[in-house]
Amino acid sequence: MSLSAKDKAAVRDLWSKVSGKADDIGNDALSRMLVVYPQTKTYFSHWKDLSPGSAPVRKHGKTVMGGVAEAVSKIDDLTSGLLNLSELHAFQLRVDPANFKILSHNILVVLAAMFPNDFTPEAHVAMDKFLSALALALAEKYR
Amino acid sequence: MEFIGQLPPLFLRTIGQTHLAEIHGRRPRRPYLNICPVLKPQDTMVKWTAEERAAIEAVFASLDYESVGRESLTRLLVVYPWTRRYFGGFGNLFNTEAIMANPKVAAHGTVVLQGLEMALEDMDNIKKTYASLSELHSEKLQVDPGNFQLLGDCLTVVIATRMRTEFTPVIQAAWQKFLCVVVAALRRQYN
Repeated sequence: MSLSAKDKAAVRDLWSKVSGKADDIGNDALSRMLVVYPQTKTYFSHWKDLSPGSAPVRKHGKTVMGGVAEAVSKIDDLTSGLLNLSELHAFQLRVDPANFKILSHNILVVLAAMFPNDFTPEAHVAMDKFLSALALALAEKYR
Repeated sequence: MEFIGQLPPLFLRTIGQTHLAEIHGRRPRRPYLNICPVLKPQDTMVKWTAEERAAIEAVFASLDYESVGRESLTRLLVVYPWTRRYFGGFGNLFNTEAIMANPKVAAHGTVVLQGLEMALEDMDNIKKTYASLSELHSEKLQVDPGNFQLLGDCLTVVIATRMRTEFTPVIQAAWQKFLCVVVAALRRQYN
């Protein structure tokens, strides 16, 4: 299920429309993930406050969306482009890759809520494929 | 630890949980949710708080079944195209425009939402409510139950486009729990 030229164009197009709100998207997606899938909180036991919109959540949402932005710019070769991030997640963070799917779902929900007219079915499938490919690239170094 | 087998089950479960929880670095607490609720062995019923019931009812009340049903099914068929295998009798499903304009897709979208609404009649007996639908989907329609989660995800996305900021994280959590319980009920008759 690799990204076609049409998928990449759709992702770049949607990203150009939403990237201005990247920080809010990251904050909202992460907040939802921690509330709707509480098992994900186990990775953030070092934060003082895990409630939606708290300072550590905001800051980390921004970090995560920075990674997404980087992935968009390297969409033509995610595996090599995201090697550093893959090593980070594999050797230091050791996030179970099953959780990438959970965060991706919440990013899609937030995009739908914030940009209902731009998040068409075509944009939806392209974004879902892109986030899946991103997750795969992140998992590259795991084993 | 041979004596373990002689202890009463309730005590075993308690100390087992406590011991494992401590090893795993967490204070002992009730087993929590994975993606879907995990029920303790003696539970036969999912428990809903008043807030969860209210949240789920609020979501349903806000939905135009025709519009949301059509769009959810459309997204399922576009985002996860292998699901088209189940709709051979629906005619033209070859591209997004055709799917969105397809009257059978629209009609079936409404049917799905009406089916979900059935759960509201008796939230404490969802397994019973979906027993015959579960048999239908497994025996007659032969739908891979993994697809139920996909449709649920598409429905959640469409609800987000309609409710927007009103679809708060807390409401989304209640809605996700509801979907998990309905999906589990639909999976029950598969064997």
